[in-house]
Amino acid sequence: MIIITILEFLLIAIFAMALGLLFMGIARKVVARTQKRIGPPFYQPYLDVLKLFGKDAITHGFIFDFGAIMAFGGMIATLFFVPIGSIYLYSMSGTLLLVIYLMAIAYLGMAMATVGSGNPLASVGISRALTQMLGYEMPFIVVLLTLIYSSGSSSIVGIMQAQQGGFMNWNLINVPLGTLVAFIALLGLMGKKPFDAPIAPSEIASGPVVEHGGKYLGLLMLQHAVSIVVKTALFVNLFFGGASNILFFLLKMLLVWLLATLIGSVFPRFKVEEGVLFYWKWPLIGALIQAVIIIF
Amino acid sequence: MKEKYKSSKWQEVINWAQKRSLFMLHYCTGCGAIELPPTMTSRYDMSRFGIGPAATPRQADILLITGYLSTKTLRRVVYTYEQMQDPKFVMGFGSCTINGGMYWDSYNTIKQLDKYLPVDLYIAGCMPRPEAILEGFLDLKEKIENGEAKGYKKYKEEYEYYKTNQKKVLGEVKRRQ
Ligand code: SF4
Repeated sequence: MIIITILEFLLIAIFAMALGLLFMGIARKVVARTQKRIGPPFYQPYLDVLKLFGKDAITHGFIFDFGAIMAFGGMIATLFFVPIGSIYLYSMSGTLLLVIYLMAIAYLGMAMATVGSGNPLASVGISRALTQMLGYEMPFIVVLLTLIYSSGSSSIVGIMQAQQGGFMNWNLINVPLGTLVAFIALLGLMGKKPFDAPIAPSEIASGPVVEHGGKYLGLLMLQHAVSIVVKTALFVNLFFGGASNILFFLLKMLLVWLLATLIGSVFPRFKVEEGVLFYWKWPLIGALIQAVIIIF
Repeated sequence: MKEKYKSSKWQEVINWAQKRSLFMLHYCTGCGAIELPPTMTSRYDMSRFGIGPAATPRQADILLITGYLSTKTLRRVVYTYEQMQDPKFVMGFGSCTINGGMYWDSYNTIKQLDKYLPVDLYIAGCMPRPEAILEGFLDLKEKIENGEAKGYKKYKEEYEYYKTNQKKVLGEVKRRQ
């Protein structure tokens, strides 16, 4: 019995990694096409990861290693609470809030790795990331509380089930303004273009990962892949009604991811303080209006 | 020491992946650097060969030296090279790295890059056009596939030679972290 459970966990983790890398490849292709390039093949991220794991790696001490593993582990732990299609491991109440907390662990892991490496650019990057988190979490949490109120459940599975019975029951239709706000927050969550100040490659040399080479970078690429899956899956579950069929679910995830990628490929980036200000202005107002509409 | 643990089959797989995914760090001090933006962007698009820019030396596979190096920048290039992770490759770009080019009698540039760093491949020309650069990359890929791009091993084996050459132009290399 316990072995089957462990296998389940392992399978889900591997599946999410593979899927995330595929999504990254598709995104690179899409961005290339919008810039009138041909772009790398869609399986490029798999090759990148394989190559990175074949390279040497240099460590900067225990905290550095621990931080990288904590970032990876935090993301994997989050994954287990997010249903993918009809596959879910936990359905108790409160998973939605738990997921929000767990997602921060990955960032804290990155912060630890940053401290371990001692690189100033990395500290700038991670402080930007945490500042930006302050920005997008505020409107996002307001929308989530609205959802919890409207569907009367604080578990992701519960919210998903509350939307069952066709297109008209989706939160996309019932909570349109909230969906928009959450999507803008999602861009920040995934570090997509208007809000990618934390990793700005041309100014702070890819920010938190500046000292990660070889195998560490491979690990963090996998972490990024899993985080893409977690975040898009969360969004699909909350606003697109989830799906009972895994194929439909993947299709919806791809839709969300492509939309975010397309938006990311045409926008320049906000400065970090501008990003936070932006989040605290329009999305927050939108989220509050939505909350008032839903409650009264 | 590492060689013992890597079976040759595994190494082949790694080489296969390495060939198709190269992160490039371009050290743009020379004038030839101006040919890199067209190579990277829509017109010539090198990402279709799996080559992309890397942000830092730690993440990079290729160190691209785009032209003349003054003795002052040589020191930074050596630091950069030593920060990179193995398998790493150096490409000399433009005639300045081969024989000094039009700076052949300058008092403060180095003339021959491979006295100081193990160069795997040169791209001749002043300056080489994007087509030539892509051709160079394809050649490098072939070398990696055949296991001929061994500059990083050579650097370790003949460390003394490179260090004495470096010291000759730089004076004692002091490292401060
Ligand atoms: S080879 Fe020519 S273009 Fe390149 S750095 Fe030297 S002088 Fe400039």
